[in-house]
Amino acid sequence: MKHKETAVIIKQEALSDGIFSLWLETEAATLAKPGQFLSLYPKNAARLLPRPISICETDKINGKSAIRLVYRVVGGGTAEFSTFKPGETIDFLGPLGNGFPENARRALLIGGGIGIPPMLMLAKSRAAREQSSREDTLIVTGYRDNNTFLLSELSRYGTVYGAAEQLCADLFTDRALRNELLFIPIRSARQTESFPLDGASDREKTGAVPFTEGTVLDAIKAFELSADVIYACGPKPMLKAVKDFALEKGIPAWLSLEERMACGVGVCLGCVCETAEPDPHSLVTNKRVCREGPVFAAEEVIL
Amino acid sequence: MNLSVNIAGVTLKNPVITASGTFGSGEEYAEYQDLNGLGAVTTKGVSLTPWMGNKTPRVTEVYGGMLNAIGLQNPGIDTFITRDLPFLSQYDTRVIVNVCGKTTEEYLAVVERLSDTAADLLEINVSCPNVKEGAIAFGQNRDALFAITKEIKKKARQPIIMKLSPNVTNIAEMAKACEAAGADAISLINTITAMKIDIYKRSFVLANKTGGLSGPAIKPVAVRMVYECAQAVKLPIIGMGGIATAEDALEFIMAGASAVAVGMIHFHDPNRATQIVQDLIQYMNTYHVEDINELTGCVR
Ligand SMILES: Cc1cc2nc3c(=O)[nH]c(=O)nc-3n(C[C@H](O)[C@H](O)[C@H](O)COP(=O)(O)OP(=O)(O)OC[C@H]3O[C@@H](n4cnc5c(N)ncnc54)[C@H](O)[C@@H]3O)c2cc1C
Ligand SMILES: Cc1cc2nc3c(=O)[nH]c(=O)nc-3n(C[C@H](O)[C@H](O)[C@H](O)COP(=O)(O)O)c2cc1C
Ligand code: FES
Repeated sequence: MKHKETAVIIKQEALSDGIFSLWLETEAATLAKPGQFLSLYPKNAARLLPRPISICETDKINGKSAIRLVYRVVGGGTAEFSTFKPGETIDFLGPLGNGFPENARRALLIGGGIGIPPMLMLAKSRAAREQSSREDTLIVTGYRDNNTFLLSELSRYGTVYGAAEQLCADLFTDRALRNELLFIPIRSARQTESFPLDGASDREKTGAVPFTEGTVLDAIKAFELSADVIYACGPKPMLKAVKDFALEKGIPAWLSLEERMACGVGVCLGCVCETAEPDPHSLVTNKRVCREGPVFAAEEVIL
Repeated sequence: MNLSVNIAGVTLKNPVITASGTFGSGEEYAEYQDLNGLGAVTTKGVSLTPWMGNKTPRVTEVYGGMLNAIGLQNPGIDTFITRDLPFLSQYDTRVIVNVCGKTTEEYLAVVERLSDTAADLLEINVSCPNVKEGAIAFGQNRDALFAITKEIKKKARQPIIMKLSPNVTNIAEMAKACEAAGADAISLINTITAMKIDIYKRSFVLANKTGGLSGPAIKPVAVRMVYECAQAVKLPIIGMGGIATAEDALEFIMAGASAVAVGMIHFHDPNRATQIVQDLIQYMNTYHVEDINELTGCVR
C-alpha cells in the first residue's frame, strides 16, 4: 500500500529572493523521475490541502536517498515550508504524475520562473545517459529580473542560456553563479548583432551564461537554438508561446502544466486541463494534470 | 463487539462510508487503503451521459476546509457500469452509487440502468450546488423534492438514499418530504454554497464564482442538521460534513446518524476512512460499547 510519507529535512537554504532549496531524506527519491512532483502537507491544521512541488533533483546525501525541491514563497503554505529546519519532518505524497519521456538525442529544455527546477533533474538524468553529451542538452531559463537561481547547477549538465524580462547584469543574485561563472549579457534580443557571441568553444572556456533581455522565446530566437525535442515548464503564456514555436518548427514538445489541485492523485477532478482528444477517465476532454499529467504532448492540450 | 449497521435492509460491516466525489470510484485510493475494511464506498455522481464539468480553477483551500466547483464531471452511466462498478465489486464492501441528473427523466434513466447491477444502494444527489440545471433545484424545494423522490422510488430496484442540501432554511422539512415520498434513507450534508475572492486580482478564485464548502469548517453545522433531521424522521441517516476523526464520526452518530461518510479529509490523508474504523473500535473497547447502534441518536 502507498501512504502519506514522512521525510526528514536535511537542509534548507535561500537561493534568491523568496526562492528556497529544500533537501528531504526519503526513500521516495529512488522512485522519482524527471517531471514528477511531490505534494507537501503544511503543518498548520487549518491548511489541509497538500502543495504540489516539482522534484528538482535526487541524490545520495551521507549515503541516504534524498529529494531536492526548489520553490517560491507565494502564500501561507510555502511561507511555512521556508521556516523548516534540518531535523524537522514534513509529510508528503509522491512521487506523483507521469514525468517527461526521455529519448531524443538533442533536446531543448525550457524553464520559466518556478518552472525551472524540474529542468535540473531532467538535465541531470540526460547527462547520466551514455549517448548524450552536455552539448546535446540546451537549457533556456527565463526569469523576471536579476533574481536568478540554479544557473550554475544547470550548467554542469547542459549548455545554459538565460532570458530576463528586466535585466541588469551587475545585480544577478545567484551567488554561486557570481563566483563561478562569467556573464555575457545581451541587452536585448534585438541587439544581438552588436553583442556577438563567440560560439560554444569560447563559452566553454569562460563558462559564461549568455543572457538576453526578454522572454525564453526571445532567447531561443536570439541564440538560434534548435533541437529534436522540446521540454518546457513554466507559466501558461510561456507554454502557449513554446507550443506555437514547436508546432511552427515541427519539433515535438512536452509541456508540464500547472493547475489548482486538491487530492493530487486523480480523485477529485479539480486539476483538469482541456485536451484535444477525449480523456480516458471521464470520456470528455478534460485530462487530470495530477494523474495523466503534469506532462502532456503540446498538440494534446488546449492552452 | 458489533460494528455492523443496517441501512434500509442492507448490512454494512461498519458505519464508515466514503463521501461521494471525494473517493472517485475507489480506484485511486485503493492504492492507499484496503477497501475491504470499509462499510461502503460511495461513488462520484453518475449521470446519463458524460458531463464536462466546470472551467478551472475548480478547487481552492479555505481555512479548515476547501471550496469545490467540479460541476459533476463524470463518464456517464454506460462506462460507469462497464468499468467502474466491476472494479468496486471485487471488494468485500457495499457500493453506494451517487446519481445526478438535470431533469427527472435523466435521474430515472440512470436509476433504471443501475437496476440489474451490483449497486447495493442508490444515493440521489439533489443537492450539488455547482451545476446550473437540475440537481440542487430539486433539493431546495419541498414539493419538488417530494415529487422526484416519489418518481425515483417507483423505478428503483435498490433502496434509495436522498442526499440533502444544507442550503435551505429548514432541513427537517426536507427530510420529512423524503420520508413522506417513500425514501429509504437520507444522507446529509452536501456542501455549503460559498465564495472566495482573490484580493490581489480583484476577482473570484473559482471560475464558477461560487463553490461548495466542505471539510472540518462545516462540521458543527452538519452535526446540528443531522440532529434536526433525526428528531423529525424515522429514516436511517448517513451523516457527513467535515468528519476528520473517529471523535467527529461519534458526534454524528450520537446526533442520530446510523452511518457516517468521510469526505474531503481524504485529500489531507488518503487512508483516513480506514483509520477512523480502527479508532472507532478503540473507542468502543475503551468505553465498553458492545454495539455501535447503541450510540445512534443517544443524544436527545
Ligand atoms: C505540478 C505542479 C508543480 C509545481 N511545482 C512547483 C515548484 O517546483 N516550485 C514552486 O515554487 N511551485 C510549484 N508549483 C506551484 C505550487 O504548488 C504553489 O505555488 C503552492 O501550492 C502555493 O502554496 P501556498 O500555500 O504558498 O499559496 P496559497 O496561495 O496560500 O495556496 C492556497 C491554495 O492554492 C494552491 N495554489 C496556489 N498557487 C498555486 C499554483 N501556482 N499552482 C497550484 N496550486 C496553487 C495551493 O496549493 C493551496 O491549495 C507547482 C504546481 C503544480 C501544479
Ligand atoms: C471535490 C468534491 C466533489 C464532490 N462531489 C460530489 C458528488 O459528485 N455528489 C455528491 O452528492 N456530493 C459530492 N460532494 C459532497 C461530499 O460528498 C460531501 O457531502 C461534502 O463534501 C461534505 O463532507 P466532507 O466535509 O467530509 O467533505 C463533493 C465534495 C467534494 C469536496
Ligand atoms: S488534484 Fe484531484 S484529480 Fe488532480
